[in-house]
Amino acid sequence: MLKTRIIPCLDVNNGRVVKGVNFVDLVDAGNPVEQATLYDRMGADELCFLDITASHEGRETIYDVVARTSEKCFMPVTVGGGVRTPEDIRRLLLSGADKVSINTAAIHNPDFVEDAATKFGRQCIVVAIDAKRVGDHFEIFTHGGRRETGINAVSWASRMESRGAGEILLTSMNRDGTQSGFDLELTRTIADSVSIPVIASGGVGTLDHLVDGVIKGHASAVLAASIFHFGTYSIAQAKTHMQNAGVAVRPSPEPNHD
Amino acid sequence: MAPIVAIIDYGSGNLRSAAKALEKTSGELGGKVIVTSKPSALSSASHIVLPGVGAFPDCRRGLETVDGMIEALADQVYDRGKPFLGICVGMQLMAERGLEHGDTPGLGWIAGNVVPITPTDPTLKIPHVGWNNLFLSTRAHPVLARIKNGAHAYFVHSYHLKARESTEVLAETDHGGPVTAIVGRDNMIGTQFHPEKSQRVGLQFIESFLEWRP
Repeated sequence: MLKTRIIPCLDVNNGRVVKGVNFVDLVDAGNPVEQATLYDRMGADELCFLDITASHEGRETIYDVVARTSEKCFMPVTVGGGVRTPEDIRRLLLSGADKVSINTAAIHNPDFVEDAATKFGRQCIVVAIDAKRVGDHFEIFTHGGRRETGINAVSWASRMESRGAGEILLTSMNRDGTQSGFDLELTRTIADSVSIPVIASGGVGTLDHLVDGVIKGHASAVLAASIFHFGTYSIAQAKTHMQNAGVAVRPSPEPNHD
Repeated sequence: MAPIVAIIDYGSGNLRSAAKALEKTSGELGGKVIVTSKPSALSSASHIVLPGVGAFPDCRRGLETVDGMIEALADQVYDRGKPFLGICVGMQLMAERGLEHGDTPGLGWIAGNVVPITPTDPTLKIPHVGWNNLFLSTRAHPVLARIKNGAHAYFVHSYHLKARESTEVLAETDHGGPVTAIVGRDNMIGTQFHPEKSQRVGLQFIESFLEWRP
């Protein structure tokens, strides 16, 4: 059966990892390729780079990061942050990314998602949704949760699915950075309303949170940054915990075949 | 004999990952990789790889756009028996027809059509994205010698090749019913999963493919 994926996320600014895993054997903890290689060795199921570079010139660095990672890591890589044009997508894919995640650009121009899915295939188009509770429902926010759009998050997810999104990366802006767990109501509502996979993100602080995201939130994959960055838990610990809680995961590392 | 691998570049998505994985493995065997859109380059290769991502009709069109490539593939792979690996849509193209967005002819090497995955459990998600088991057929195959039954590989697709001859299905996975994971006959093999993205399991598969002299 298909396994629940555990996806560590690396925030990259001007080609450097902002919050990296702090392990003694790392020569350069800010080097995204070293961090990626470490996650690859640990048996992460996918890797996500979120480019948070503000300046236009600095954004060139992500292509090099992805290219160097693809020489060392033979695992799926998603890149998000500032993906606005078909040319951005083309360059990321040619650099070695497997999927791109589109956030703000989808809100400004929903046709962009459809065009991208037609051109590159829906398997590589992830639509990122940053949602926040407003009264009794959820709305889409941009700019790190500061700017409201008035768009209902649940209907937006369905709309993105019909426009060609292959997956949804769903972040609760109420929970992001709090380490208090996923917003399970948000996750479940959206996961149950679309037929494409939903990756839960925002708020993981414990291994039970990962389990809850799948069992109570119905997510197909869980994304986390801090618990892995700060070495609180390893990927293997997360997998063992999930397996023991009844969530099917890929063993990591895979048992030796020889 | 060191392998010389030709990866066919026909404008379909991301060749870099496949090229890097094949370079790493062929390099260890003393060989090399050429990424090419020249049909003539296939004749100097020992192994031919056809990658592919996106939709079946787009890939077929892309392949047709490279003048003489389909004929060169038929000559080198079908007639002369050179070892061939199709990956993802590259594997699907081995079928007779693809039924994604219409009805498109494939290369016709494997009897069967490319059809949507239809899980019996409606809560299962499509696309089928992530790591799933490889359940090998009982027939031994040299390229699968290093793969343990039940090992995990990385998939991302909504359609699969439904083969007519069960002997041509070398492995299946399960997503609310059997989904074709590996097909093959004679000197050809095709994987629905991405060996270049399947960490150690994928690299071991690639190594066996490059050592294959059918």
